[in-house]
Amino acid sequence: MSFRPDHELHRRRFSRNVGLGVTLVAFVALVFALTVVKVTRGDPMQGFDHTVRPELLPAQTAVEQTGGTQP
Amino acid sequence: MSDVQAYPDSGEAQFGDYVALLKPRVMSLVVFTALVGLLVAPVGVHPVVGFAAILFIALGAGASGALNMWWDADIDAVMKRTQSRPVPAGKVQAGEALGLGLALSGIAVVMLALSANLVAAGLLAFTIFFYAVVYSMWLKRLTPQNIVIGGAAGAFPPMIGWAVATGGVSLESALMFGLIFMWTPPHFWALALFMKEDYHKAGVPMLTVTHGRKETRRQILIYTVLLAPVSIWSALTSIGGPVTLATALVLNAIFLKGAYDIWKRPEAQAEGDKYAVEKRVFKFSLAYLFLHFAAFLVEALLKVYGLGGWA
Repeated sequence: MSFRPDHELHRRRFSRNVGLGVTLVAFVALVFALTVVKVTRGDPMQGFDHTVRPELLPAQTAVEQTGGTQP
Repeated sequence: MSDVQAYPDSGEAQFGDYVALLKPRVMSLVVFTALVGLLVAPVGVHPVVGFAAILFIALGAGASGALNMWWDADIDAVMKRTQSRPVPAGKVQAGEALGLGLALSGIAVVMLALSANLVAAGLLAFTIFFYAVVYSMWLKRLTPQNIVIGGAAGAFPPMIGWAVATGGVSLESALMFGLIFMWTPPHFWALALFMKEDYHKAGVPMLTVTHGRKETRRQILIYTVLLAPVSIWSALTSIGGPVTLATALVLNAIFLKGAYDIWKRPEAQAEGDKYAVEKRVFKFSLAYLFLHFAAFLVEALLKVYGLGGWA
C-alpha cells in the first residue's frame, strides 16, 4: 500500500489546517470543562423537558400543581 | 494542472492572517479591561467560567474587528498605517473577513450566554453591532466626532466583565465605561496630531483635518478635564479605595498637565521639536488607562486581606 504524495495545496495550507485543528480541539476542551463545572456546581438545568418538577417551582405554585401539602 | 496551482504561493492566506483580522493588539486591551471588570465585581465567578467568558468577550471584539476590516478595506488600502492589513494586502478576501466576522460574532455571543448569562451576552452583541454598524458603517465617515463614538465600543468590555459576574449593570460598571469613553478622544487625538495620516485622501473626517489642529488641541484639553471627575468618582465607589483614589489623583494631574501643554503650544513650536509633547502625552495616556485599571485590581486584591476599599 502506498500513499499518494502530498498535493502542493496540502503543503501551502498546512499551517492553516494545523491552526484550525488546534483551535477546534481547544474549543472542545473548553466546552467540556464548562460542562463539568456547570454539572458539578448543580446549576439549574432542569425544566426544559416539559415535566413538572416541584422543586423548581415557588412553594405555593408547587402545592397547587401537584396537589401536595405545603411544608 | 489544476486551478488551485494558478494562485501564487505568496498569496495564500495563512492562519496568522486570519488572526490578524481580529486585531490582536486591540484585543489585549479588551482582555485586560474585561478581566478587571470581572475581578472587581462583588460576586465571585468560577475560574473556568471566568476564563471562558473573557475568551468569548475577546472573540466578540475580534469579530467586530474583522467586520470593520471588511467594511473599511477601501480606506485601509489608502492609508499607510493600515495598508499591510490582510484585506488590503490581498492575503484575505473581503468576503472572507465578513464571513469570519459574522460567524465569530455568533459563536462569541451564544457561548457567552451559555457560559455566563444573557445580560453579558446581550451587551457583547450590542458592542459588536455598535462598533461594526454604528461606528464603522455609519458615523466614521460622517462626523469628526467619530473617535468619540468609536470610543464607546471600546468602553464596553469592563461593563461586560462586570455583567458576567453580577448578571447586571451598576454605577461602578457605568463609571468604568465612562473612564474609557472619556479617555479615548484625548488618547487618539494626541496620536492624530503627530501621525498626520492622510485621512482626507481616505475620506475620513478627522478632527485635525475638518476643524484644524488648534481646535484638536482644545478638544484634547476639554475631554481630559471631563475625564478627571469620572476617574475620581469611580475611585470613590465600591470598586475604589484609598489606593485607587491616590492613583487617580496622580494620573489625572499628570494627564491634565500634558493636555494643558498640548493646548498651550502653537503648531510651529510642535513642529520644531517634532511633536515631543504630543508623543509624550500619547505614551502617558496608555499608561494612564493601564495603571487606573490596575489600581482597581490592586484594591480588589487588598480587600481579600481585609485591606483596601472604603469600608
